[in-house]
This record gives sequence, C-alpha cells and structure tokens, in this order.
Amino acid sequence: MAGAAARLAPNPRSASRFEANVATRDPGLVKVVVLAIGLTFFAVFLLMPLVAVFAEALRKGWGTYLAALIEPDALAAIRLTLLAAAIAVPLNLIFGVAAAWAITKFDFPGKQFLITLIDLPFSVSPVVAGLIYVLIFGAQGWFGQWLFAHDYKIIFAVPGIVLATVFVTFPFIARELIPLMQAQGRDEEEAAITLGASGWQAFWYVTLPNVKWALLYGVILCNARAMGEFGAVSVVSGHIRGETNTMPLHVEILYNEYQFAAAFAVASLLALLALVTLAIKSYIEWRAGVAAQVEIGS
Amino acid sequence: MMSHVRATRVLPGFGLSLGFTLAYLSLIVLIPLSAVFFKTAGMSFDQFIDAIGSERVVASYKLSFGASLLAASINAVFGLILAWGLVRYTFPGKKIVDALIDLPFALPTAVAGISLTALYAKNGWLGQYLDPLGIKIAFGPPGVLVALIFIGLPFIVRTVQPILEDLDAEFEEAAASLGANRWQTVTRIVLPTLLPALMTGFALAFARAVGEYGSVIFIAGNIPLVSEITPLMIITKLEQYDYQGATAIASVMLVVSFTLLLIINLLQAYTAKRQGRTL
Repeated sequence: MAGAAARLAPNPRSASRFEANVATRDPGLVKVVVLAIGLTFFAVFLLMPLVAVFAEALRKGWGTYLAALIEPDALAAIRLTLLAAAIAVPLNLIFGVAAAWAITKFDFPGKQFLITLIDLPFSVSPVVAGLIYVLIFGAQGWFGQWLFAHDYKIIFAVPGIVLATVFVTFPFIARELIPLMQAQGRDEEEAAITLGASGWQAFWYVTLPNVKWALLYGVILCNARAMGEFGAVSVVSGHIRGETNTMPLHVEILYNEYQFAAAFAVASLLALLALVTLAIKSYIEWRAGVAAQVEIGS
Repeated sequence: MMSHVRATRVLPGFGLSLGFTLAYLSLIVLIPLSAVFFKTAGMSFDQFIDAIGSERVVASYKLSFGASLLAASINAVFGLILAWGLVRYTFPGKKIVDALIDLPFALPTAVAGISLTALYAKNGWLGQYLDPLGIKIAFGPPGVLVALIFIGLPFIVRTVQPILEDLDAEFEEAAASLGANRWQTVTRIVLPTLLPALMTGFALAFARAVGEYGSVIFIAGNIPLVSEITPLMIITKLEQYDYQGATAIASVMLVVSFTLLLIINLLQAYTAKRQGRTL
C-alpha cells in the first residue's frame, strides 16, 4: 500500500504485451487453471463477504432496513463516526504534509528512523492502540486523578474515541506523500524560491499541484479507516449507547443482541463507504496513470 | 559547519515542519506507547510472568501465531496466483477484480467479521454445505483462520503485483532462447525474482493478522483455551480491571510487532536494492 499512487501508473501497459510475446506467454490451459484457482479464491474470500452484507441487510425488507438506519442510536453513532473522522483526517493531513516536507526537502541525520517511527501505528494491534490511552487518561492512568478532579472525561468519552482514531490513521497520508515527494526532488521548489516566491507560495503553487493525487489518495484511505476502526475505539469507548458508540460499535451491539438485520443494515452503510473509497481510489490510480503517460509522451 | 548547512538549505520551513512532526509524533504515538513499558516496568518479575504465562494466555499465543502463520502461507500461495493472473493475463472483469482486491483495507473489520460469520454459520451460504460434511468453520479456530485470510490477502497481491509488472520480458526471452521450457523459466527465473516481495507481503500479512481483532472476534466463538486470540485476552483483562495483566500482554505484542517491523524494513530495503540492480 505504501506510496501506491506514486508508483502505480496501472496498466497502460496491459497484460496483452505478455500474451503477445512467445517468451512470456503461458499455455492456454495454464491460463485457464491459474485464473480459475485465483478467481475462485477471490470470489469465496472477498466477493462473498461483500455481497453477504447487503443480502443480510435486506433480508427482512426495505422497511426494516430503513428503520434500523433512522433509529436514534444509529443516527447518534453515524454522527459520532463523522465527527471522529472530521477531526482525525485533517489533523493527520496537516501532520502528513509537515512530515513529508521535513523529510523530503531537507537532509538530516536519523531520517530513515523517523520514517520507521511514523509507520509504527500500522504495526501496533488496534487493541494495544486503545489500551495505551487508557493507561494515560484512564481512571488508574497517569493523568487519571487529575482529570477526575477537574471533571474532564477522555476515556469512555468522545475525546478518547477521537484520540484512538487519530492513532490508528496516523501514517496514512504521510506514507503516500513521502515516497512521491522524494521521487520528485527539490529542484522545482528551489527554483520557485530563487525566483522570489515565499515558502508558502512555493508550497501552494509548486508542491501541492504535484502531489494532489497522492494527497487525495491518502485522505480517502485515512477516512475509510477512521470511520471503520473497531478494535482501538472499542477499548476506549465504554459502549454507551447514543453517546460513545461509533457505527462499527453500534454494529457490534446490535449483532450481540441478535438484531441481525439491523446490524447488517448499519454494516451495509460502512460497506458502501468501502466501495466508494475503492471507486475513488481506482479513479485516482487511473488519473495518476494518465498523468504519468502524458509525462512520458511529452 | 552550521553556516554551511544553512547555506545549502534554500527551502524554508525546516524548523517548523520538523518541529511539528516530532511534537505530534511524540504526543500521539511515542509517549502513549511508552506508557506500556513504564507500566510493565512497575511490575515485579513474578507478576509479569504470571500475566503473560498463564495457561489461557499461552493458548491464545498458540492460536494467534499459528493461525496467522497459516493464513499468511495460504495467502502467499493464492495471492501469488491471483497477482499472476492480474498481471499476465487479459480477462473480462479484470479491472473490477483488481479494484476489489483492496476491499479488506477499506471494509471495516467489524463488518467483515459479522459477514464472514453469517457465511460460515450452520445455516449460512457456505456453512450449509460444509456442515453436513462435518466441517465446522464458524465459532472455532477455523473461523479465526478464515478471518485472517480475508484481511491478509491484499498484502500479498499488492507487494507481488508491481514487481511482476516491472519484470523485464528480456529475462524470460533469454531463458526461452537458451532452450528452457516455460516451467523452468517460471520456477528458476521469475519466481526467485519475486521471492523477496513475496516474503515482504507474507511478513506484512502475518504482522497484521497477529494484531487483528475486529474481524476475528465475531467468528471465533471465543472459547477459553480453544479459540481466544491474544488481543482478546487484553480486552478480557481490561474488562476485569486487571490493567497490569492487560499491559503485560500488550508489551509482549509490542515486542513482536517491533521485531516484525524491523524484519519488514530489512526485506523492503533488500527488495529495493535488488530491483535497482536488476532493472
């Protein structure tokens, strides 16, 4: 996934170049077998779970489906999910841009180590991600006493959910920007500065247009994860209905209460979000591919 | 020295961008993560061993690591086959298949979890055919495996695909012109080139699977000593207000994560170097 937009440029060079070349062409039977195995695996493990979400959601008809979505607790969960993403994504966007600027436009010791540290949240289990905030802000945590005395609530409240969401989506935008900006170098910005542009002007008019697709790519992936995060948020939420339940947590509660149709109805909204995310992602890859081709052509 | 460094910096904003990066990284990631180790350091050795070595927790390591290894292995085989199909062959619907490979990255884990459970439960689309055969997937260790296969697949496909895409036809042409048959060419020329990427994908899928929670807990059944995963043990301890126990297990998981991260970084550096040499 790392720097996918940067290196993608998908398939203007289509597979036909391999099938037309005698040296790289597989026998027809091999093609049939390989595709049969691969696509069956794909259908069973990826396609069926996706289709099942919508099938289960609509099992009891549209009436039940819609009722599950406009129920007050569901609406509260949707609102909280949108709120958490609305805070987490811009924060990580600012961070991603700042980190990419520092890492790609300057030389300093320990750069590679810094990149590794930025990736750290991806390798931490979501449950541990939630736990660390409990250790700091929870009743028995470092600031627990102080927070209690001043009547602030972070754990089992909205701020904890936002923090956990920020943590799990932390690297998304930075890791899309860094490889691309590294590949693009510094010449254009340096030229702009030499010609009298301010730092902000160089960023707005030179850097940003160059990285806009990678930026958007990072933002939509970050957003998808922010809205869909379950484990980390589950630890800090406290599962208070109508107050600290995000959509994935609401799905869990409904499911555990055997309200399967309602659980899948809310789940189908999240599945829809995933499909929209993938559609935008494919569009960006296609655009980035076209842009890369134009550049090669010119 | 200082003035020399400044002279080479034409671009502004170094102090601001790096300062903000380090401050934000410390506040959100580093300081909170350090809490795990501080809290663990406050425990006595016996307490620590008790927490991480109890029968139920050890059973969860076996399941988490075993199922993650198996899932990553299965994905390595089928992911490679899928990547091969996507890069080397034309077929109808390819663009949609290619786009949907990333579904596990985009689909919330809880949604995947309940959906897989519905599929593999006794009366589910797949369960109804497997159950009469005596194969029970949901609510046991096989369910854990299925969930981990789901979330791991894109890691393999997406690390192998670009390498296979960039592989120059020259190598296969040379092999063919020297008299190798297609099978020899693929197994001796192409697959060895893909191996570092495949191993990176394997390590990424494994690392993700070890920490995975949302997609697993619905389908696992969560039977003590049988189908409890390690992240669930942390949650269980937290629910019993055993913060020390939860933190001790978390420290074990963090050490494993950091080790895997290191291995992945080394593999990626190796792959990049190889790519640079062969192209």
